[in-house]
Amino acid sequence: MYDVIIVGAGICGTSLARELSKYRLSVCCLERENDVADGTTKANSGIVHAGYDPLPGTQMAKLNVVGNAMVEQLCKDLDVPYRKNGSLVLAFDDDEMKTIQTLYERGVANGVPDLSILSGEEVAKLEPNLNPVKGALYAKSAGVVSPWELAIAQMEVAVQNGVELYLEREVNGITWNGESFAVTAAHNGETESYEARYLVNAAGVDADTIESFINEPPYHTKPNKGQYYLLDKSQGNLVHTVVFQCPSKLGKGVLVSPTAHGNLIVGPDSVDQPDKDDVSVTADRLAFIRNAAARSCSKINYRDSIRNFAGIRAQSEQDEFLIHYSPVTNQMVHLANIKSPGLTSSPAIALEVVEMLQKAGLVLEEKDSYQTTRRFPRFRELSEEEKKRIIEKDPRYGRIICRCESITEGEIVAAVHSPVPATTVDAVKRRCNAGMGRCQGGFCSPRVVEIIARELHRAPESICKDKAGSYILIGKTTKGEEKA
Amino acid sequence: MFQYDLAIIGGGPAGLAAAVSAWNEGVRSIVIIERDDVTGGILNQCIHNGFGLHYFKEELTGPEYAGRFEQMVAETSIDVKKQTMVLNITPEKMIYAVNPTDGYFAISAKAIVLSMGCRERTRGAISIPGDRPSGVFTAGTAQRYVNIEGYMVGKRVVILGSGDIGLIMARRMTLEGAKVLAVVEIMPYSNGLNRNLVQCLDDYDIPLYLSHTVTDIRGKRRVEQVVVSKVDENRAPIPGTEMTFDCDTLLLSVGLIPENELTKSAGIPIDRRSNGAIVFDDMQTELEGVFACGNVLHVHDLVDFVTAESMKAGKSAAQYILYPYQHTDQPVELQNGPGVTYTVPQKLDLTAGEAKTDLFFRVNHVIHGGTITVQAEDGTVLFSRKKAHMLPAEMEKITLDKSWFVGHHTATVSIQEGANEK
Amino acid sequence: MTKELICICCPQGCRLTVSDESGELTVTGYTCKRGIEYGKTEATAPTRVITTTVAVTGSSWCRLPVKTAGGVPKSKIFDCMDAINQVTVQAPVHTGDVVLSNILETGVDVVAARTIE
Repeated sequence: MYDVIIVGAGICGTSLARELSKYRLSVCCLERENDVADGTTKANSGIVHAGYDPLPGTQMAKLNVVGNAMVEQLCKDLDVPYRKNGSLVLAFDDDEMKTIQTLYERGVANGVPDLSILSGEEVAKLEPNLNPVKGALYAKSAGVVSPWELAIAQMEVAVQNGVELYLEREVNGITWNGESFAVTAAHNGETESYEARYLVNAAGVDADTIESFINEPPYHTKPNKGQYYLLDKSQGNLVHTVVFQCPSKLGKGVLVSPTAHGNLIVGPDSVDQPDKDDVSVTADRLAFIRNAAARSCSKINYRDSIRNFAGIRAQSEQDEFLIHYSPVTNQMVHLANIKSPGLTSSPAIALEVVEMLQKAGLVLEEKDSYQTTRRFPRFRELSEEEKKRIIEKDPRYGRIICRCESITEGEIVAAVHSPVPATTVDAVKRRCNAGMGRCQGGFCSPRVVEIIARELHRAPESICKDKAGSYILIGKTTKGEEKA
Repeated sequence: MFQYDLAIIGGGPAGLAAAVSAWNEGVRSIVIIERDDVTGGILNQCIHNGFGLHYFKEELTGPEYAGRFEQMVAETSIDVKKQTMVLNITPEKMIYAVNPTDGYFAISAKAIVLSMGCRERTRGAISIPGDRPSGVFTAGTAQRYVNIEGYMVGKRVVILGSGDIGLIMARRMTLEGAKVLAVVEIMPYSNGLNRNLVQCLDDYDIPLYLSHTVTDIRGKRRVEQVVVSKVDENRAPIPGTEMTFDCDTLLLSVGLIPENELTKSAGIPIDRRSNGAIVFDDMQTELEGVFACGNVLHVHDLVDFVTAESMKAGKSAAQYILYPYQHTDQPVELQNGPGVTYTVPQKLDLTAGEAKTDLFFRVNHVIHGGTITVQAEDGTVLFSRKKAHMLPAEMEKITLDKSWFVGHHTATVSIQEGANEK
Repeated sequence: MTKELICICCPQGCRLTVSDESGELTVTGYTCKRGIEYGKTEATAPTRVITTTVAVTGSSWCRLPVKTAGGVPKSKIFDCMDAINQVTVQAPVHTGDVVLSNILETGVDVVAARTIE
């Protein structure tokens, strides 16, 4: 019997896992996929929003501003790529100037620090590569973060502090006996059962499915897809801030921004679709994104595109996070409609949920020995002296595997043996960036497969690219080898 | 810190040839820096034959071709640093590199030859729509898995791009028991050699779809289907022409890009047309003492031409080391006119180097019956030669006598079409 | 009988015409003498050089590239592949070493195409 079960290891589930791991509790997290952060968390803009978007008085506004203020220290503690590079909302005409004035006032009401309205000249000075604008809302507190690394790092800390993570467990039933929950999950074709006194539904786009196991969801999920371009680092200095467009009748506009890793990201669009799993990209939407982005900046060179991707937003009709107790029992909390600014708000959401659980009777006693921080070795960021030292200690840091990003064998091995071990090529990529560069794993993926297989004592054929079933190799070429 | 007269970055066919050539010219302090465990570069996985007809006058496989040069290097006292990755080059010709035994270290060199080769264009570079399952490989990655690691990557295969690597892999996958359903080419002509169309596709009844492209990839985990559509003259897919192939693998052979990140780190100017450094006719870049050759300079279709070009780069580097010279600040600039994509070299120095120079270029469309013309800025025709067939897939080479250019500042290489039907 | 062929002897890819008039094969369109030979063989009994790999033990390499030392009948390519696939070689092996002699009685050897120490 666990004290708490968290369903879902996305940004909210991992935030909460870390927060709960501070206390003397037995906590487990059930995740459907073979890695954490494998849903919406790995496929979004990665923006740390300032907090001028949500309507004043909403929980969304509060959690956004509180979350924003927490992210910097969190990323320092957890060694997660983050840049506080500020954001601009561009206004191209007088109407849009009115919109940014409204956003400014909203931001002030929400308690957003360091907000100002810039003139066209000031914007041109700050971002010389943008097209001419009338003015812009400038929010210095906005930034960019690597969302999946934040989730991974939080789960690593949680695991090191005793949280149990169970991957490839798809929850398919919940029963409540008046005191505790029995949660069933499918794993490798078998059904497993987990019991807990408290249950948190952090299942992202599937929060409604999980909620429906215990009560009728008070909302209707409308999966919404956003597609993106990711460009090479050679384009990463085109803009320095997160460049938004004004929300208008035509839509929310697309953003152009450097990522926390120094690439350029362009997108997303926003299209409702029935399928929660369809993250395909389409030619027409990519063309739409190029056209829309050209309004902000006409200098984006799409020849340097290295990847397109899409993510599904977990959203419903409401313009508010739906963080609520189950009507059946306060011992279950649902996190629904955690759409943008969900990533920014996630550290604050975790605090909110812990408070709700406490109110519902969960006893919180702080641990004596809680490990707050986590580090990941990044060879390319080391000084000359540090580089020399780390190779002396472990020569595998002297063997570059990913040429584009200068990622060493040492880092890949560290990812494979981390507290939340990477067992797939993409899981390695998410932890140490191997394969994130311009050749997209063309050179390094065979080596990464080999290293994962070697370190985990598994056959190369069993190593997947990403989710279960995404096999890479089908077997050895000829029978000659088998006789050997 | 290590000190060498000549540092060669990349131990593929270009780097090996440059090293051998510089050695033969008398340079005795040479290091080849190779990122892989072995030298030979991409030739190690190009196990097919067809290499060496120009240079060795016999038909060799890739490993055999590389082996000949490795043998030549082995007979010298050229140092070879394997498993060594160069992280940075400075304009002062300092090279910062890393490997498991020397750690992080610097090499100072009097001259540098850049021979880092190229990489493959990826799905992301051409934005192929659809899901993002496993089973989408660049042809070269698949070639490595099959030929070096000994693993098959799929059973039912569609190949996008009819460049030579795509064609070679069509045959290779077929020989290893896979079914290649189609080779799809967006252009109205193949980008591969005719001999490869015959011996890789025709021999195995593999259909080639010209003016077609992949418009959708389906499969949540592994590739399950690939949708191929016909394209119009602007390369835009034509709705209603979709063909769906049930397959588990899509191989991409959609172009190669010179790997010039290090070149850029040294501040060396790049030619946007060739995607390689701008070079003089001695293969020297605009940074004195730094030379470039092979696929890092421009993508070749024949390794024999890589060898010839790299021999020249190695020889020039040796000249530079032994009898230092500076380039004129008023070279003849070579420009491309109608019908031509790029030229290498881009600059001719009439005051230094050899009297004659090879000029490589590519045409930008299929030309049947044309005249290659080199014309000075005042209209003077310096060179003219008829040629029956010219294809973008096949690099053209002409030899120019530098004395023709005396008194001129620029010259334009162009193709006059049609008038000279053979 | 007239056959249009593309010569595969070198990257040039000459367009050959092979005709069989008065019982003797004549080849036109070649630019070197290998074209004549290829044209005649291709029109009567086409052959191909096979390049593939075999398993190798006792080395950090796991595959040894090999080739048929000459052309084998085109119709026997897959049978030859089956035969080659049965081979496992022990390192060291040198370029040119015969790894399978007289494959399928064709008179052609399969030889190593790289040296593995």
